[in-house]
Amino acid sequence: MTQASPSRRWSPPPLIRNPFQRWALILGAIVYLLLAISTLRIDVARIIQGLDRGSRMFAGFLQPDFVSRWTDIQAGILESLTMTVVATVIGVAISIPIGFGAARNVAPLPIYLFCRAWVALARTFQEVIIAILFVVMMGFGPLAGVLTLSFTTIGFLAKLLAEDIEEIDPSQVEAIRATGASWLQVMTYGVLPQVMPRLVGLTVYRFDINLRESAVVGLVGAGGIGSTLQTAFGRYEFDTAGAILLIIIGLVMVTEIASGVIRKQLQ
Amino acid sequence: MTFESPIFELRQVSRTFGQVSALTDVSVMIHAQERVALLGPSGAGKSTLLNLLNGAIAPTAGEVRILGHEVRRLSPRQLRQVQRHIGRVYQQHHLVTNLSVIHNLNAGNLGRWPLWKAALSLVWPQEVATAAKALAQVGIPEKLYARTDRLSGGQQQRVALARVLVQDPIAILADEPIASVDPARSQELMNLLRDLCERTGKTLVVSLHDVAVARSHCDRILGLRQGRIAFDLPTAQVTDAHIRDLYVL
Repeated sequence: MTQASPSRRWSPPPLIRNPFQRWALILGAIVYLLLAISTLRIDVARIIQGLDRGSRMFAGFLQPDFVSRWTDIQAGILESLTMTVVATVIGVAISIPIGFGAARNVAPLPIYLFCRAWVALARTFQEVIIAILFVVMMGFGPLAGVLTLSFTTIGFLAKLLAEDIEEIDPSQVEAIRATGASWLQVMTYGVLPQVMPRLVGLTVYRFDINLRESAVVGLVGAGGIGSTLQTAFGRYEFDTAGAILLIIIGLVMVTEIASGVIRKQLQ
Repeated sequence: MTFESPIFELRQVSRTFGQVSALTDVSVMIHAQERVALLGPSGAGKSTLLNLLNGAIAPTAGEVRILGHEVRRLSPRQLRQVQRHIGRVYQQHHLVTNLSVIHNLNAGNLGRWPLWKAALSLVWPQEVATAAKALAQVGIPEKLYARTDRLSGGQQQRVALARVLVQDPIAILADEPIASVDPARSQELMNLLRDLCERTGKTLVVSLHDVAVARSHCDRILGLRQGRIAFDLPTAQVTDAHIRDLYVL
């Protein structure tokens, strides 16, 4: 091999070889961007107005008012906590059979495909979209929120549980099967103990996520502290809204720390 | 429990895995209370033979009879009922390490227990006396409630033996049970296995790498080479020439 001359420095080969095509593409992208920005109708007056409103909002946040709407806030928190607990319990209870069904090493093919399809469906849409669907179906209130969180819990927990089951030590299972154990006995003695620590860890983690999401789905009318927050914004009561946000931050932090501690204990 | 006709009967059995043939034209009969050692180089088909003997795999050709039942004619449920009379011991890693010893021992009961009892036992251990007795027989009674992954390799192997005792099968199939234990402990484990079989009248089929152990602990030696039976003789008739031919490269 010959040595490269020092004057010709190496540069990465361009993605598009033809220089004319390359520059045409770059110019086209710039023109498109300029046209796109012009359609947004960016109004300086509105931005200034918005900044003004924003500063009032922040002023409200700096003086959070826990007192005047305390009963509403309290009801909202309780509703959120209830939604979280109920949705996590329902979601986990449904996730376990689906998770086992979605693990290729323990489930027959038709059941595997059915459960995987469920998991894929539950994971397709973001919480808020599913919440909107359930609010339309069930009406405003915490029922829609519980259904949303249960549904999204399945997508999360069943998938991760299935992946964990697919990675278990097959020799432990083989020995249980060799005792003449039935399928369900093999699952309870050979498979479940191997994934149990992770199942508990995931449940705690999902509880933590569900609490956070319960505030979000509330914004589209699915009950809980999110609904209280939405009402406060609707009334331009930024001081109350600030108080609610602080409470949400506090709650999420407490559950996150707690779930972290619990999961660390399980390792 | 006793059983009169042959415990295991293989007639012209072959087993292939894809293109590879693991066993070719094997015919063996093993009677009650025999202690049979399987010898042979790695890949000779010892594990395949043991897996055929408890119905974990089916033959590609020929007939396997376990306790008089033709394996391929059995429904999954009937096969499980046969399997509960055939205990297995493995080289290692075949205990559920996340469970405590008591639950691993009670896994030996799964062939007899209904699902509800098995599930209840995980919360509230059932038939503890039987399990404790089995564990005492293998010499580590104090480990009943220990977590299995905290035990040493030798202790885990003892738990595996105790699990078979709880299962109380007619025959025990052991797949290189001493391969991962040091020489002193392997003598101890083999003595234990032999005595348990002798005392309770169980049939033993054990694959081994150690020819001396096979000679000292078994009354019949079955030599396997390249998936075929090289010799099948009472221990006293097995000569050094037999062994040499078995392992020659």
